Amino acid sequence: MRAFKSLTGIAAPLFRANINTDIIIPMQHLVGTDRVTMGFNVFAPWRYENVDGSRCENPNFILNQRPFRQSSILIAGPNFACGSSREGAVWALHSFGFRVVIAPSFGGIFANNCYQSGVLPIVLKEELVAALARQAEAAPHTATFTVDLKSCLIEPPQGEAIKFEVEAFRRIALLKGLDDLGMIKSRLLEIEKYRNLDCEVRPWIYL
Amino acid sequence: MGRSLFDKIWDQHVIADLGSGMTLLHMDRVLLHDLSGFRALKMLEERGEAVVNPSSTLACPDHTAGSQPGAETAGSAYLRGGPEFRQLCERYGIPYYHIGDDNFGILHIIGPELGITLPGVTLVCGDSHTCTHGGLGALAWGIGSTELVHVLATQTLMQRKPKVKRIRFEGQPGPGVTSKDMILHAIGREGTRAGDGFAIEYAGSAIESMDIEGRMTICNLSIEMGSKIGMTAPDEKTFNYLRGRKHAPKDGVWDQAVKHWRALVSDEDAVFDDDTIFYMNDIRPQITWGTSPEHVISIDQSIPDPDKALSRERCDSERAALEYIGLRPGMPIEGVSIDWVFIGSCTNSRITDLRAAAEIIKGRKVADNVTAWAVPGSAAVRLEAEAEGLDKIFVEAGFEWRAPSCSMCVGANGDIISPGQRSVSTSNRNFVGRQGPGARTHLASPAMAAAAAVTGKITDVRKLMR
Repeated sequence: MRAFKSLTGIAAPLFRANINTDIIIPMQHLVGTDRVTMGFNVFAPWRYENVDGSRCENPNFILNQRPFRQSSILIAGPNFACGSSREGAVWALHSFGFRVVIAPSFGGIFANNCYQSGVLPIVLKEELVAALARQAEAAPHTATFTVDLKSCLIEPPQGEAIKFEVEAFRRIALLKGLDDLGMIKSRLLEIEKYRNLDCEVRPWIYL
Repeated sequence: MGRSLFDKIWDQHVIADLGSGMTLLHMDRVLLHDLSGFRALKMLEERGEAVVNPSSTLACPDHTAGSQPGAETAGSAYLRGGPEFRQLCERYGIPYYHIGDDNFGILHIIGPELGITLPGVTLVCGDSHTCTHGGLGALAWGIGSTELVHVLATQTLMQRKPKVKRIRFEGQPGPGVTSKDMILHAIGREGTRAGDGFAIEYAGSAIESMDIEGRMTICNLSIEMGSKIGMTAPDEKTFNYLRGRKHAPKDGVWDQAVKHWRALVSDEDAVFDDDTIFYMNDIRPQITWGTSPEHVISIDQSIPDPDKALSRERCDSERAALEYIGLRPGMPIEGVSIDWVFIGSCTNSRITDLRAAAEIIKGRKVADNVTAWAVPGSAAVRLEAEAEGLDKIFVEAGFEWRAPSCSMCVGANGDIISPGQRSVSTSNRNFVGRQGPGARTHLASPAMAAAAAVTGKITDVRKLMR
């Protein structure tokens, strides 16, 4: 996993509530697809339309418009990526180019999945997210945002920097580019000790 | 201070406090399916990791398995990755049940059937409906493929402890009201993100008197309320359900286990972070009208007007939903013509679900405008149903009697509905495109789905009850 330290880029506003993982990457684009190419189909139900039997870009959808085609930050509504556990939702966003998603809240499984692929999910109060979405929409060509994980600050195109919170442990892992496995492996002795005791207490667990 | 059911199971599994709210937990059981589980095994292989405890795992290609009866008809979706998944399972010594095997089925159906799922275990799967297993008093939730790799390689998982929400259902169900109606009603009232950050314990007199399969249906839809975890306290019914199952403890160990399980109830003085009560008198048969499980009404209600929604957000979402689903505000939901009925999925494909549907369709015919499928959740359910003659009732009515698979709940095996067609489905998600691009899904109980099949329209099942 690549480390995440700081990023300056275009932010795409998609401030709708309850965008589910079936929208982010539909099943037919998930089965058998390489994760690095999933970005072609991120938000497929909204991004493409059927015109006379062939699949065309929907020009009204934000990611089909310049400069949002190059966006690396997504500003989303509450409960973003609710629904299924498919890690393809993160891979599809990552493959498109997104490295940061800012929303008032996330589907719980999705947020955990983000940290495994170097995507930073940032939770901010709904009014703040809405204000950032408005800025991104108002002046798209100059609307570059900087997200810095070392200082935990978002610098929007206008106005003051916004502080965000990331669990200390998650922050360090992202800065170093580590997923959870390395961290867990430093605890193998404790795991062994737990299992030895637990075998006595709950022998039926160990088949 | 007393502890909740959730607290007791969580505490039992804590290996280490990692600071900043993170805990390293022991994972007792891991289920692997042919999409996320397959990806996890490939990642595990790339990283050169081993499966530390294969006997704690169970694998089944439930998502891409064809539902065409016959073991040889795995289907083209299966062939894209299934054979390699099977090889990986064999290489890592992971117990695997293949299409056509007596133990084959949807993982959330066969885990309990085989006694792999037990009260008080931690159980994960790369599938958000893993919360289903909470109906036996397990602490179970869905994770991503990378997290699956961690569990396979270490038998542990890092997690943040959620808050605990209790939802009580008090009273007894009225005519036509099933566990599916109860949980849909709760989601409609609470919304799809009420459970975010919470584990939910379902309790109350209606849960206590409910059978195990109904409890699994309730827990199954927890994720549609935003909660990764749903659970009910194990009781005598749970123990009776599990006794003698293939992997359930035996003899003296069984007695030891039951003694342990009897303590898995919330203490009288347990404190919940959130506590809600629903009264069964308020619950009537439910049907969704939109593209989120929270877009749900009672069968005798009319489709809501988005302009009257409580928030701008809900207004926008309801408006978009109505456009997709092709219905108008103010029209009664009952009487809307349909094209498909799907009875199946990890929500509602157990024997009690099939019995409830068969009870409605017996002696009746599927309407001419409807294609109707019954897809049992496992080979064992299918056999049991056939032994009771349910298959004949379905087939005589004009249903297709299919083979176990996740099938049309998610369409990963190619079982999809054509664009613009409308289904009444016993599954769990009415999302845009869930049952195929452009497909319109109405979620309901098996009895409600059966009623729609025979009338060809969304129908109040109470009018067809005998």
